[in-house]
Amino acid sequence: MTMTVLRAGPLTVFKDEGRPGHAGQGVAPSGAVDRAAYARANTLAGNPRGAAALECTLGGLRVRFEEPATVVLTGTDAVLTVDGARTGVEEVVAVPAGAVVAVTMPRRGLRSYLAVRGGFAVPLVLGSRSTDLFAGIGPARPAPGDSVPIGPAPAESARGLPPAGEPATDAPLEVDLGPRADWFTAAAIETFLSAEFTVSPAGDSVGLRLDGPVLARARTDELLSEGMVRGSVQVPPDGHPIIFQADHPVTGGYPVIAVLTPAAADRAGQARPGARIRFARAADPLPGQE
Amino acid sequence: MSATTRFLRCGREAVLVEVDDLDTTLTLYAALRAAALPGVIDLVPAARTVLVRIDPAVTTLAAVREATAALRLDPGGGAAGGTVEIPVRYDGPDLAEVARRTGLSPDEVIARHTGTRWTMAFAGFAPGFGYLTGGDPRLEVPRRDSPRTRIPAGSVGLAGRFSGVYPRDSPGGWQLIGRTTVRMWDPDRPEPALLAPGDRVLFRAVPA
Repeated sequence: MTMTVLRAGPLTVFKDEGRPGHAGQGVAPSGAVDRAAYARANTLAGNPRGAAALECTLGGLRVRFEEPATVVLTGTDAVLTVDGARTGVEEVVAVPAGAVVAVTMPRRGLRSYLAVRGGFAVPLVLGSRSTDLFAGIGPARPAPGDSVPIGPAPAESARGLPPAGEPATDAPLEVDLGPRADWFTAAAIETFLSAEFTVSPAGDSVGLRLDGPVLARARTDELLSEGMVRGSVQVPPDGHPIIFQADHPVTGGYPVIAVLTPAAADRAGQARPGARIRFARAADPLPGQE
Repeated sequence: MSATTRFLRCGREAVLVEVDDLDTTLTLYAALRAAALPGVIDLVPAARTVLVRIDPAVTTLAAVREATAALRLDPGGGAAGGTVEIPVRYDGPDLAEVARRTGLSPDEVIARHTGTRWTMAFAGFAPGFGYLTGGDPRLEVPRRDSPRTRIPAGSVGLAGRFSGVYPRDSPGGWQLIGRTTVRMWDPDRPEPALLAPGDRVLFRAVPA
């Protein structure tokens, strides 16, 4: 089974759950920016956890399936068209052989996930099919004319899910303070947890840059580089925070004031340039469940 | 475990373990690797910290903190790696500048760079880039005031008390003293990075 790429759109890459375990070599986990939307696409398509999907930023992807295929799109309010006919949001679509499937432009959200039953069978690099745009490793970005292999359909049948519903776009992004909150003044922490920030256009799957009030540091010495995670809110000397996304570097040299919860990191991955965001402390995890 | 180990919260799926110095970091990293704690999916060693990432479906941060605190650290246990020899043509564009800043002649810079065994402390910046420490303290130089936009793969540089080899063409601000043909990163190798934390590195001068 193969899929032919007709048009790739502004930024389309293969993604899965990423490649943990290689930080000693300088390789970050990478993986889907919106993990929940990616996992949802696989579940709806009837794939096992971890099958490769396409992460499609701002639509524009157009492909042809050479054999019948089962596909689904999640993550935004974009939908699939099949030979020009629109389908529903998160509709699991049976595509006839030779049909052209396109991803529309989302009005809400940024990154849509296209899963095909069987998964995209591009080669594994260090155990993952994710393209890490920062590190420059993983499968090449799909380009017009590419023939993309599709894996065999899994034995179990596709499962339904309750509708995703509208995301709470105004709700604050939940964080846990630290590991370096003590590098900031008490006023900066208060500002961080109350002020409104604007998503800068200079963001990508490596980091989301925020404009807004400057977060002042209580310590001015240089932090020694240390490990970073998806959702780390790093504050460089200019005081404007950067939220690390899936393709973040393994280490960073600026203090991290707080880390987004996994669900908040997923939502940050859907924030468009110009979006206003706030942060709030997440409820402490229950004892033994953190 | 060292007396001043600190556990710093790093969200829901990681904890940053901070120790006294680089040697203890390497020892802790080696001990954590050997322990292979269930549910630990990645270890990120750095200058004074090891970041421990977990799969929350398998373990908890509390369990990992407890197991880490109970580890017995053998001093020097982190430096158990092999020695990698890296031949270098010492004709880098900043060799004269490094000589001027350190008050050494270019030949003395080369002698000191090749005269000690370096230790790969941790990776970062790019896949296959290792921060090498333990060199001659006289070679400590600042980064360049203005980074270069393109440094060729194999360039050997100095910055602070570190040395390193650029694994691929990239921008960068280190002082470049030479170049090697050794491939620091090769995705077709089973372990694409030439160096792992704890490895020893010996630079050898080859004719320019």
